[in-house]
Amino acid sequence: MRVRLQEAPFDPGAELAGFTGRAAGAGAVVSFTGLVRGDDDAQAPLIRMVIEHYPGMTEKALDAIAAEAASRWALSDALVIHRHGPMRPDEAIVFVATAARHRVAAFEAAAFLMDYLKSRAPFWKKEERAGDERWVAARENDEAALARWRDASG
Amino acid sequence: MTRDILYFAWLRERIGLPRERVETDAATVAELVAELKSREPRYAAAFADMAAIRVALDQELAELDAPLGQAREIAFFPPMTGG
Repeated sequence: MRVRLQEAPFDPGAELAGFTGRAAGAGAVVSFTGLVRGDDDAQAPLIRMVIEHYPGMTEKALDAIAAEAASRWALSDALVIHRHGPMRPDEAIVFVATAARHRVAAFEAAAFLMDYLKSRAPFWKKEERAGDERWVAARENDEAALARWRDASG
Repeated sequence: MTRDILYFAWLRERIGLPRERVETDAATVAELVAELKSREPRYAAAFADMAAIRVALDQELAELDAPLGQAREIAFFPPMTGG
């Protein structure tokens, strides 16, 4: 179970190759990569995105989310990478990988990790476009996404 | 008691500083917010819509009506948008 918080860009392909190489005997590896969304027809092109975070709390929250995933599913390994600071369109922001004996645990744990990262880890995205800077608003369905895991836990 | 108050994202921008140390008798988050709002218009503007504000006490998420207890570090921020 590893968690990395970093400003530097990373290569999701190399991370997945390394993770899979260490997952001997797992049977199933699932990964998710979140990218900086570039052009959107409705708005001026994105120049860059800046992610602010809460040093100290961020690390604690990421560790807690990873520990919760490990307690709910029989994972042989998991990796979470989340960036902060400035980043360009199409760069990777976040990467989650899970390894388990069977695919259901790997899929579910990866989805759980992403749902919790989105609304329980203290990150805030700001989009910079020509002549405009805007904080990204949270979406109602981000909260709804968490509800399904609470229901599932009974 | 002396407490460190931290602000993030647009709250930080509206208030104009990332953190400050305050001496306060507030017993709950709500009382602290009321005290801050009464200071200056920029605080009142920043805390105008409490539905858009989250709080953490010593780096743990808490409810807006929670008691402050012995928390040394109180952080206010908008809903998180990571991932």
